[in-house]
Amino acid sequence: MTRRLDVLVCSGAACVSSHSAAVRDALSREIDENGLSNEIRIVETGCMGPCELGPVMLVYPDGAFYIHVKPEDAAEIVQEHFLKGRPVKRLLWEDPEARRIVEGKKQIPFFAKQVKVVLRNCGRIDPENIEEYIAADGYEALGKALTQMARNEVIQVITDSGLRGRGGAGFPTGKKWQFVASATGETKYVVCNGDEGDPGAFMDRSLLEGDPHTVIEGMTIAAYAVGASRGYIYIRAEYPLAIKRLQIALGQARKMGLLGENILETGFSFDIEVRMGAGAFVCGEETALIASIEGERGIARVRPPYPAVRGLFGMPTLINNVETWGNIRHIVLNGADWFRSIGTERSPGTKVFALSGKVKNTGLVEIPMGMTLRELIFDIGGGIPNGKKFKAVQTGGPSGGCIPEKYLDTPIDYESLKELGAIMGSGGMIVMDEDNCMVNIAKFFLEFTSDESCGQCVPCRTGLPRMLDILKRITSGNGTMDDLDLLQHLGEMIIETSFCGLGKTAPNPVLSTLKYFEDEYREHIEEKKCRAKVCTDLIAYRIDEDACRACGICAVNCPVGAITGELGKPPYIIDEEACIRCGTCLEVCPFGAVHVLSGELCNQDKREGSK
Amino acid sequence: MKEILIRIDGKEVSAPAGSTILEVAKQQGIPIPTLCHLDGLSDIGACRMCIVDVGGKIVTSCTTKIAEGMEVITNSDRLAELRRLNLELIFAERNHVCSMCVSNNHCELQDLACDLGMQHVEVPYAYPRLSLDASHPKFIIDQNRCILCGRCVRVCAEVEGAHVWGIAGRGSEARVITELGIDWGDAEMCTDCGKCVQVCPTGAIVEKGKAAAEMEKHPELVTTLKERREND
Ligand SMILES: Cc1cc2nc3c(=O)[nH]c(=O)nc-3n(C[C@H](O)[C@H](O)[C@H](O)COP(=O)(O)O)c2cc1C
Ligand code: SF4
Ligand code: SF4
Ligand code: SF4
Ligand code: SF4
Ligand code: FES
Ligand code: FES
Repeated sequence: MTRRLDVLVCSGAACVSSHSAAVRDALSREIDENGLSNEIRIVETGCMGPCELGPVMLVYPDGAFYIHVKPEDAAEIVQEHFLKGRPVKRLLWEDPEARRIVEGKKQIPFFAKQVKVVLRNCGRIDPENIEEYIAADGYEALGKALTQMARNEVIQVITDSGLRGRGGAGFPTGKKWQFVASATGETKYVVCNGDEGDPGAFMDRSLLEGDPHTVIEGMTIAAYAVGASRGYIYIRAEYPLAIKRLQIALGQARKMGLLGENILETGFSFDIEVRMGAGAFVCGEETALIASIEGERGIARVRPPYPAVRGLFGMPTLINNVETWGNIRHIVLNGADWFRSIGTERSPGTKVFALSGKVKNTGLVEIPMGMTLRELIFDIGGGIPNGKKFKAVQTGGPSGGCIPEKYLDTPIDYESLKELGAIMGSGGMIVMDEDNCMVNIAKFFLEFTSDESCGQCVPCRTGLPRMLDILKRITSGNGTMDDLDLLQHLGEMIIETSFCGLGKTAPNPVLSTLKYFEDEYREHIEEKKCRAKVCTDLIAYRIDEDACRACGICAVNCPVGAITGELGKPPYIIDEEACIRCGTCLEVCPFGAVHVLSGELCNQDKREGSK
Repeated sequence: MKEILIRIDGKEVSAPAGSTILEVAKQQGIPIPTLCHLDGLSDIGACRMCIVDVGGKIVTSCTTKIAEGMEVITNSDRLAELRRLNLELIFAERNHVCSMCVSNNHCELQDLACDLGMQHVEVPYAYPRLSLDASHPKFIIDQNRCILCGRCVRVCAEVEGAHVWGIAGRGSEARVITELGIDWGDAEMCTDCGKCVQVCPTGAIVEKGKAAAEMEKHPELVTTLKERREND
C-alpha cells in the first residue's frame, strides 16, 4: 500500500522538553497496532514555531495542526483521524479571534502571514536525515555553484541580492565576502556565529536543530566563493540538541561527498568543525569569538584589522550569523531578483524573530522585511492576552530599544528600527503590556549587559554599573530629576567611547525608555509611584475594609506574618513595615479585598522625604 | 617607508605609514591624555582617555593607525566632556583616597584629574570592598587603586618575559592577578625585577615601606630599556 499520511511531530527543543518523544512513541505504537505502518510515516522535525503550544504536530497532506498533544491522545488520533478521516477537534489549534476551530494550518493566522525562506524546512523535514534535505532541493545550490558558477559569480549574486547580516549589524553580506575573497593569506576560514547570547533568543538554535544542512551548505558555498578550506561552527554548549544534529549532519554530508576532500568530484575541498562556547554574551562579538576559538580569553580585540583581513589565526576569515548562512542556498538557487522580490528595497528578504512576552502566540516566526510591527504583534502574534493594553515592544535583545504604541505602524527593517532608537538585532522581540514597568525593564537589561561586560574598557566596565546604580536609586524611590540627565549623559558617552559593540549598544534600553517613557521615570522620582506596580519599594498592599470578610486566609498565607486580625471581625490589616510585598495575600484572598497601591496613598514618608 | 599625509587640528602633517594617531600627535607636540598606553609596550585601547575625533567619529588615538587624508581633531568641548566623564568613572570605580596614598603627588591618574580640570565626581561611587596583597617581599598590590590599565600585564610579559600578571573576571569583577590567582609572594615566575612597579600609573603596585606621597615611579625607564634592546 502507498503512503497516505505524513505525521510531522515537532522535536524542537521546546517540544522535546514538553515530552514530544513520548507522544511519538505512543503514536508509533498505535499506528503499528492498527496495521498502518506502511501507510503512515512519522517524521520528527525541527521547531514549527508556536513553542508554547507544544508538543505540536502537523498531519500532511490535510494540514491538521494539533497542539498540546499527550501520549494518551494517540489512540484517539489514530482511530478517529487516521482511520476514519475525522480530525480530533479538541486538539486542533483554535483561532482565538474567530472562536472557531481551525483545521488547515494555512488558515491559522499565525502561519498565514509568515513567509518561510530560511525556516522553509524547519518543521517539515527530519533534520537527522540528509535524504529528506536532498529531496527538498538540498545541496542543489552547492552543485550549481561548484559546477556552473565562477567564484566571483557566486559573490556577485549574493551582492546583487542585497542580503544583509542577520547577526545584528546588517552589514552587506556580499561586500564582506568580497573583502575575504580579495584578502591574501595561506589559509582562509569560514565561521558560523551561533553564539546567540541574547537572553530568551532561540532563532539560531531552532535553525541549527531543525535544518542543519542549510547552514552547512551555505558555508560550503561561501568557502568556494572566497577560497576558504576550513570552517568552524561556533555554538554555545547549552545547545546539546543542535550540536548533536550538526554532528550527524556533518557526518552525513562527508559520507555523501558533499563535504571534505574533493567535494562533488570538483577538486574543491572544505571541511567544518564544531566549536563549543562557554556562553558569554561578548563571545558573540566577532573578534571575541575568534579569540575564543583560538583558545584565548573571550574578549574583543582591536578592529581594524577586520577579521576579513586578519581574523582566525591571523588569516582572512569570513564570519556570518547562522540565519545569514540559512539564506545563501536559496539565493544561489533562485537568484538575486527573486530574493529582492521579498522585503524592502534596502532590507530585502525575510527575518526570523523569537516573539515573546505579552502576546497570545509566542514562538518562532519568519516574516518578510517591511511588515509593520502591528501586523507582527497583532496579526501573527494574536495581540495582547487577557484584555490588557499594549505598552511597548522591545527589539534587538539586551542592546535594543523599546518602541511605544505610536510607532506600531513602523515597517520592520534595519533603518526604520534604528531611527526609533531600537535595532533589528538578531531577532529578539519582546512585547510588553501595561503591567510592565519601563524603568524596571531598562534596569533588567542593564543588569544583564553590565554582568556580561568583559571588563576590558572603562566606559562599559564601570559606566554600565553606575547607570545601574542610578536606575536602582530611581526604582527604590531615591532618585532625583538630575539623575535623568546623568543617565542620558552616561548613556551617550558609553555608546560613543566603548571599545566594542557591547558597550556601544548596551545603553539603548535606557535611552529609548527615557525618550518614550520619561513620564514613568518622573513618576518614580516625583510621585514615588510605579504605575505598573512592579517596583516593590514603591508599592503597598492594602485590605479594603468593606470587601474584607475576615476569613483570615491572607494572614495564614503571609510568609512573614505581616497580617493581623480577628476571624469574623473585618477588616484584617497589613503591617506595611513588616510586609515584604510578595503579593501572596492578593493571590489568596477569595473576595478580592486586597489591593496594590502605588503613589497615591502609600509612600507618604518617601514623598515627604524628597521635598 | 611610505609617508602618509593627514590633517591634525587643522595642520597638515606627514608621517610614516603604520604610525598611530597618538604617535603623530606626540611628534607634533600635541598633548593627548593617556593612561593605558606606554611607549615601548603594545597598545590595548583599554582606558579610552586618548580619544580623538576622526571625521566625526570618536576613536582611540593609541590604537588607530593613520590613513591618507584623515582629519583628526584632538581637542573639542565634546572630547573634553567625554574624557572628564571617563575619568570620573575611573575614580568612582575603586577607592582612591589620595591624601592617604603612597602615590599622592606622583600619580598619573591624579595628574590627569588636575590637567582635565575634574572638579568633582558626579556619578555615584561604587565603594567596592577590595583586597591588598602584601605577600611579596618587596612589593604590594592594592586593588583599591588599580585602574585595570593592564600595563603590569604587558611589561611583565613583553619586556621581562615572566608572564606573572594576568586579568581575571568579567565586568566589574575584573581584577589583576598574579599567576592564576595565587599570592604574589608565591608566584615563582616573578623575578622581583620591579618593572610592574615602575609602569603602574597609580598607587596600585608599589614598593613596601613607603609612607603617603613617597612613592615615585619611572615608567620611562622601561621605554628606554625597550628602545635600547631594539637598537641592539
Ligand atoms: C556584544 C555582541 C554580541 C554579539 N552576539 C552575536 C551573536 O550571538 N550572534 C551573531 O551572529 N552575531 C553576534 N554579534 C555580531 C557579530 O559581531 C558579527 O557582526 C556577526 O556575527 C556577523 O555576521 P552577519 O554579518 O552575518 O550578521 C554580536 C556583536 C556584539 C557586539
Ligand atoms: S565595550 Fe565592554 S565588552 Fe566591549 S571591550 Fe569594552 S568592556 Fe569589554
Ligand atoms: S592611585 Fe592616584 S588617584 Fe588613586 S588614590 Fe593614589 S594618588 Fe590618588
Ligand atoms: S616584579 Fe618583574 S617579574 Fe615580578 S611581576 Fe613585576 S614585572 Fe613581573
Ligand atoms: S596594577 Fe597598576 S599597572 Fe596593573 S592594571 Fe592596575 S593600575 Fe594598571
Ligand atoms: S519546538 Fe516545537 S514548536 Fe517550537
Ligand atoms: S591610552 Fe589609548 S586607550 Fe588608553
